[in-house]
Amino acid sequence: MGFEDWIAEPLNWVFAVIALATVVSGFRVVTSPNVVHAALFLVAALAGTAALFLLLAAEFLAWVLVLVYIGAVIVLFLFGIMITRAPTGRDESNLDHKRRLPAALVSLALLALLLWGLISQWGDTTIDRITAGTPTTVLGEGLLGRFVFPFEVVGFVLLAALVGGITIARRDLSPAEEKEWESK
Amino acid sequence: MVNAGLTTIYLAAEEGAIHAGTGGIWSEWAGLMLIGPMLAFLVIVMFGKRMRYQGAEVAIGVMAFNLIWSTVLLVLNMGDEGVLYERSIEIARVGGGLVFELGWMVDGLSIMMYWVVAAVGLAVFVYAHGYMKGEIRVTFFFAALSLFAGSMLVLVGSPNLVQLIIGWEGVGLASYLLIGHYWEDKENSSAAMKAFYTNKVADVGLIIGVIIIGVVLGSFHYWDLAAAAAEHSDLLGPVAVTAAILLFIGAMGKSAQFPFHIWLPDAMAGPTPVSALMHAATMVTAGIYLMARTFPLYQELATAARPWMIAAGTITLFGMGLLALVVDDIKRVLAYSTVSQLGYMMTAVAAGGYTAGLFHLFTHAFFKALLFLGAGSVIHAVHSNNMSDMGGLRHHMPHTYRTFVIGSLALAGIFPLSGFWSKDEILATLGYEGYNLVMWIAVAGAFVTAFYMARAVSLTFFGEYRGHGHPHESPRIMTAPLWALAVPAVIAGLVNIPGLKLPLIGSFTSWLSVRSVSMGDHHAESIDLGLAAAGLAAAVAGLWLGWVAFGPKAAKRRAERDWVEVPGLYPLLRQKYYLDHVALGMVWTIRSPLARAVNWVNDYVIDGVVNMVGALCQGLASLVYRGVDQRGIDGVVHGVSYGASGMGGLLRRIQSGRVQQYAGLLVAGLLLLVVLVLFVL
Amino acid sequence: MGVEVILNQFLILAAVLFVMGVYGLLVRRNAVMVLLAVELMLAAVNINLVAMEAFWQTTEALGQILAVFIITVAAAEVGIGLAIILLIFRNRRSANVDELDLMRW
Repeated sequence: MGFEDWIAEPLNWVFAVIALATVVSGFRVVTSPNVVHAALFLVAALAGTAALFLLLAAEFLAWVLVLVYIGAVIVLFLFGIMITRAPTGRDESNLDHKRRLPAALVSLALLALLLWGLISQWGDTTIDRITAGTPTTVLGEGLLGRFVFPFEVVGFVLLAALVGGITIARRDLSPAEEKEWESK
Repeated sequence: MVNAGLTTIYLAAEEGAIHAGTGGIWSEWAGLMLIGPMLAFLVIVMFGKRMRYQGAEVAIGVMAFNLIWSTVLLVLNMGDEGVLYERSIEIARVGGGLVFELGWMVDGLSIMMYWVVAAVGLAVFVYAHGYMKGEIRVTFFFAALSLFAGSMLVLVGSPNLVQLIIGWEGVGLASYLLIGHYWEDKENSSAAMKAFYTNKVADVGLIIGVIIIGVVLGSFHYWDLAAAAAEHSDLLGPVAVTAAILLFIGAMGKSAQFPFHIWLPDAMAGPTPVSALMHAATMVTAGIYLMARTFPLYQELATAARPWMIAAGTITLFGMGLLALVVDDIKRVLAYSTVSQLGYMMTAVAAGGYTAGLFHLFTHAFFKALLFLGAGSVIHAVHSNNMSDMGGLRHHMPHTYRTFVIGSLALAGIFPLSGFWSKDEILATLGYEGYNLVMWIAVAGAFVTAFYMARAVSLTFFGEYRGHGHPHESPRIMTAPLWALAVPAVIAGLVNIPGLKLPLIGSFTSWLSVRSVSMGDHHAESIDLGLAAAGLAAAVAGLWLGWVAFGPKAAKRRAERDWVEVPGLYPLLRQKYYLDHVALGMVWTIRSPLARAVNWVNDYVIDGVVNMVGALCQGLASLVYRGVDQRGIDGVVHGVSYGASGMGGLLRRIQSGRVQQYAGLLVAGLLLLVVLVLFVL
Repeated sequence: MGVEVILNQFLILAAVLFVMGVYGLLVRRNAVMVLLAVELMLAAVNINLVAMEAFWQTTEALGQILAVFIITVAAAEVGIGLAIILLIFRNRRSANVDELDLMRW
């Protein structure tokens, strides 16, 4: 299948646009000197991912991604950035450490390996019946049927994370502060 | 999936085939005995602190339940009809057609072990309730005790080798927790570590052996192993000796056979009830049990492994007994005595005396538990482990004194106490199988046993009191278990008098003969009077000599010296044959940079060898020392050590503490691995 | 055949995102930024799963269910991760990963 055939498919135009936006945003996430910008670019990258999910007819998952990630996780990140005074200016020296080159080499080698593997394995296999879509009932039945045990486990993990987060991040009051607290 | 019951239920000891029933409901629910203590562990951990007796009541209750249940099984198994039952529940299918199953087994051997664990366990638990009063972490102590007993029951109740490993490791874990109960002292936690590590090293042997057997046979069942051994299976044949030796290494670790015995005396760091339980019922007997359970393998196929086992057992029974002569800590005396008695059992089983070894295990459990609890009672009273702080306690602690003496006489093998019968059975077996040298070493070992027990009793209970404060008899909750254990210590031997079959009860041999596959072992039909007399004479001589050397009259003459210093032998014994040094050296070699180990070898082994030669032959030694060692070997040694330290200096740069560098190396290593697998291999 | 969509276009996009995440993980000094990079990697994995689901069309939507689990665990991970970073920052006045070298020899 040539490039003309591929591009003739309208769905692929949309894909190309989304993919471009996602990759650019992703690249900015890891290179932007400003942490707040990086977080916002992550929003864009995740929005792109959600759009890809829609493209692949996984509506429910797309909205889960939007709600959970963009709605909650990113807000959490922004709080983290503010509390830890992460670099928000253009202070390049504080941004990355000095061993950027070996890291880039390792990453590129990984990319090369992945690309080789993917292309040699899948070639230009096409996806059929992409418009079929997955009814949310299937997901619901799967989650509360066959996967109910992992589902419960994940629920427990979330609870543990909640409790753990509070325990770890809570600051014990100093004796003086404690006294002050009691006097109130 | 359940596969209940066995297809063939016939067994034979030397007396011929015995028919066995299934034991009905008592066998079908025998798994409760395995689960009970485990549940007790969980319950105590979770709710123990809120209970009236801090969880002790749960542990004791469960043990009492186990005792009742196992007594019923024991009674069912007595007489002419035995009990044979097995139930396995499939948990998972592993690759290669192997099935992982949990379950329980009820046969002569298991029933005997259930009963020993429950009986000794109950006595120890009750005693511990008094002993631990006011100590720290009582709740946790009882939880760990329950885990200890429960793991042992899982071990002995197991119908397959995998469950055995589970119990085996559970026992190891519980012993670690209990030995290090007072972990605030560095010494105690080190002792716990030592026990754990020594056992772990040996466990590797066990696990590899089990894997070999499982892969070769396609099954982990004892049943299949015994059948394969009985048929001289071609599958098992080629690997039988290897597997047998590996299993034996595992057994050496748990049963403290030379040279893996080093952990056991240090394990005395735990509270005394732990020592009693560990030495009598739950831990050290596991190795003997394993040997007995896989007995057909050794009897039929792996006969080449047996001389090694006998050698290890013989060294243990005699050499470790000697060590008990020079230690001051009363618990260590008993610990070395246990090691020595385990040597008897191992030697007996290895020589083909299945019944003899297990019978000694059976009787030893009672009198050794009794002795440890007695020692604990003494320690409780004088607040010291050292016999140099005791003396003259027979007036202050009459109950402890009487029971301790009963236990000592039983251990020494005085007629007609239980130890006499079981030791005699071992001697008879060794003689019957033609191991005459070993037999006479065992007789000498009996002499040593009597000697050190006479020393311990004399130093503890006779002469003048040398400690501080006023010793007092322990409360009744502690003396009652002593008397309860004294009874079987006296009479347990009667169940297996050669040639005598008690009405209703039958004999120990017939209890044990209820098993899935027949295997030959010898049980004497009548007493060999000459041999029995020799054993008894050795014991009496030992007692007499011990009394003369350490008794009250001797003690006056040697106010401070509580041992006779034989030149040459004494320092060797005091240093425990330098085995700790050797073992420690091995650990260091593994743990720290090579340089340190090389230095250690230089300091201890090479110099030590040189010094020993020097002591024997001065002139030659100095020549060797100056010429070869100092110039030649030291040169090499230092060269190696500098090389190792230089290499270490280079390698430690990688360990920079920078997480991201680690992550980068991780990804790079992964890539390398993938490329290697895909393109090179 | 209705639509001509190649499976690899999604997989390669995911690979690119993943590798960018790895790069960010390796070079960023600030721990919050490192966590952002991890999120990017997780998103890449999710794309892979959903694309594969679209390809295989399993009756139980296994790929999507796995993706749901990943999103959930990722949320927990961010919560705990940020709490740890907060604690480190409070104790050391810095959230830079390369200054945390207490564990080295």
